[in-house]
Amino acid sequence: MAASTYTSPIETGWYYLHRLICAAVLLFLIAPILVIIPLSFNSVPFFTYPMPGLSLRWYQEFFFASQWRVALYNSIFVAVSVTLLSTTLGTLAALGLSRPNFPWRAALMSLLISPIMVPVVITAVAMYFFYADVGLLNTYLGLILAHTTMATPFVVITVTATLTGFDHSLTRAAAGLGAPPVTVFFKVTLPLILPGMISGALFAFGTSFDEVVLALFIASVDQRTLPRTMFSGIREEIRPTIIAAASVLILFSIAMLTTVELLRRRSERLRGIRNT
Amino acid sequence: MVTMAVQIAREPDGMPLRTKLTRVERRRKLRAFILVLPLLLFILIGFALPIGRMMFNAIHDDTLLTLMPRTTAALSAWDGKDLPDESTYAALAEDLKQAWAQRSMGAIAKRINYELPGLGSQITSSARKASTLSAGPYKPTLIEINPVWGRQDVWSLLKRGSLAYTPYYLLRSVDYQYGPSGQIVASPPETAIFQDMFLRTLAISIGVTALTLLLGFPVAYLLATLPAKYSNLLMIMVVLPFWTSLLVRTVAWVVLLQQHGVINEMLMALHMISQPAQLIFNRIGTMVAMTHIQLPFTLLPIYSVMKTIPPIHIRAARSLGAGPFYAFWKVYFPQTLPGIAAGCLLTFILCLGYYITPAMVGGPNDQMVGSFIAHYTNEELNWGMASALGAILLTATLLLYYVFNKLVGVDRIKMG
Repeated sequence: MAASTYTSPIETGWYYLHRLICAAVLLFLIAPILVIIPLSFNSVPFFTYPMPGLSLRWYQEFFFASQWRVALYNSIFVAVSVTLLSTTLGTLAALGLSRPNFPWRAALMSLLISPIMVPVVITAVAMYFFYADVGLLNTYLGLILAHTTMATPFVVITVTATLTGFDHSLTRAAAGLGAPPVTVFFKVTLPLILPGMISGALFAFGTSFDEVVLALFIASVDQRTLPRTMFSGIREEIRPTIIAAASVLILFSIAMLTTVELLRRRSERLRGIRNT
Repeated sequence: MVTMAVQIAREPDGMPLRTKLTRVERRRKLRAFILVLPLLLFILIGFALPIGRMMFNAIHDDTLLTLMPRTTAALSAWDGKDLPDESTYAALAEDLKQAWAQRSMGAIAKRINYELPGLGSQITSSARKASTLSAGPYKPTLIEINPVWGRQDVWSLLKRGSLAYTPYYLLRSVDYQYGPSGQIVASPPETAIFQDMFLRTLAISIGVTALTLLLGFPVAYLLATLPAKYSNLLMIMVVLPFWTSLLVRTVAWVVLLQQHGVINEMLMALHMISQPAQLIFNRIGTMVAMTHIQLPFTLLPIYSVMKTIPPIHIRAARSLGAGPFYAFWKVYFPQTLPGIAAGCLLTFILCLGYYITPAMVGGPNDQMVGSFIAHYTNEELNWGMASALGAILLTATLLLYYVFNKLVGVDRIKMG
């Protein structure tokens, strides 16, 4: 609905005002992210424009200072473990839940995805008390299990989404042609749900890689992750290395967003769903 | 004929077809359930059980019952009017001696200190002296050792300790507590902080929800009405922040808003202000950062509802003589209400549980219930209070999710 010649002046005014408001809101949304990426290349440790010169020194510090490197390794180790665990658990559960007439499906689904609804600070406190009793406090295992709880619902949701509209006659046809269940799974089901699984795995990785509250509550300095190090860094004094770390995380989210979108399109193409 | 039919329905092995089908069906259901079982157990043990225990901790506290067994047993017959009799004091002396020997006095003192602040150290020191007592009469001796043992409120607290369940922490969370003789009274003003805290949590959440709606609605309308090639491009600007880590976005706001940050320096370069404005570590910073983080959550449900409204409706209204605003208000806007309700409710629910963002960009007067839960867990080590506040927040959240589910349906939560 473009402003055309037969609209009244007030209407035209509103049209441009609306565009102006939208531009301002979109700027508000994107500006913080765009502003800090150039600042991470600043040659002096200040956070203002114009920048006197460009330098990679903060990235060098981020990738080579032991404090940050340990945090990065910890984050990657925890996130990879979480991804493997939650993708397995979540995919199995989604396969089960998607079988036709599964009893109490809605109730069970609500329970399984409840970890993303409960405020994370409550989860963190509850797990802190629980882990204190069972001796999982300040261990890698505890952190991995806690992050897996938060990440698995995403896998359940994405894989269930790929399975809606899943043509069950395909598996029946394969079984009718004599394939044992395991072959049916690996040759027919898995390739079809793979895009959903990979999206879910990426979500799981991202959840663990970004998570800070659980890392603060149930892990110690020995298991410090990247977000935890950033958090304590900001509380003291914000250093340019934190901005470099933030920029790396932003690039990571852009890469993830692109991959998930491409996978979603591929999945829809595979299942023959056309965008309307 | 009847026998014939039965014979036909029987398979060679003599089992009715119906039974066989039921059995197959049951086996199929069992197999599906076995697939779900690992995750179900994992969530039940690793998530539901801890949460349940936290809810339980909000009303359960058996510190006094287990650490002062004799005193609490002797007190169950006490009428609460005068000071207890000599035999209760003897039991107390015995409990104090034992607690001193087993080094459990700290836990008792801490528990008493929650309800009667400042008495903890006196209770501990009296236990040290009581541990040397060998014979009665205990009543005058204990009161002489420390006058706290002659106080009515201390004894009524111990009497309440003979039950393992206490509403104390929940009462305290809404600024009530026990008076000297065990009646429920309002907390004194200097410790009555929780009603304010809940009101602040509500105010910030409502404010942020309103702001996101105000900012999100026009953008959702634009995205829904633009041709796809433009709207997809603009959509990236909405979705990218949505996907960026919450911590990163909060960092960005710290950099932008701080004293010598980008915004202050820019405003000063433009001569709009002469000295840096305080934009961070106060309500402004909290509201700006939270609105930024929540905006996509409000915007996207509204957008997806707007996408389903046929543009013909507005054109029909216009051709029937409605003015542009009348047509929008009477025809278009009512159809967007489900999206507005879903988006606002989601944002409101998520706002209630905020902890990290207010901690990083807010001041002491912007801390919400989440920060208090964290404070009682990590710093005060008062797990009863943390659990009670957590239980209240969780109940509110789950109730609102129930409403959300009735309204929208959890199955429709989508990502991206």
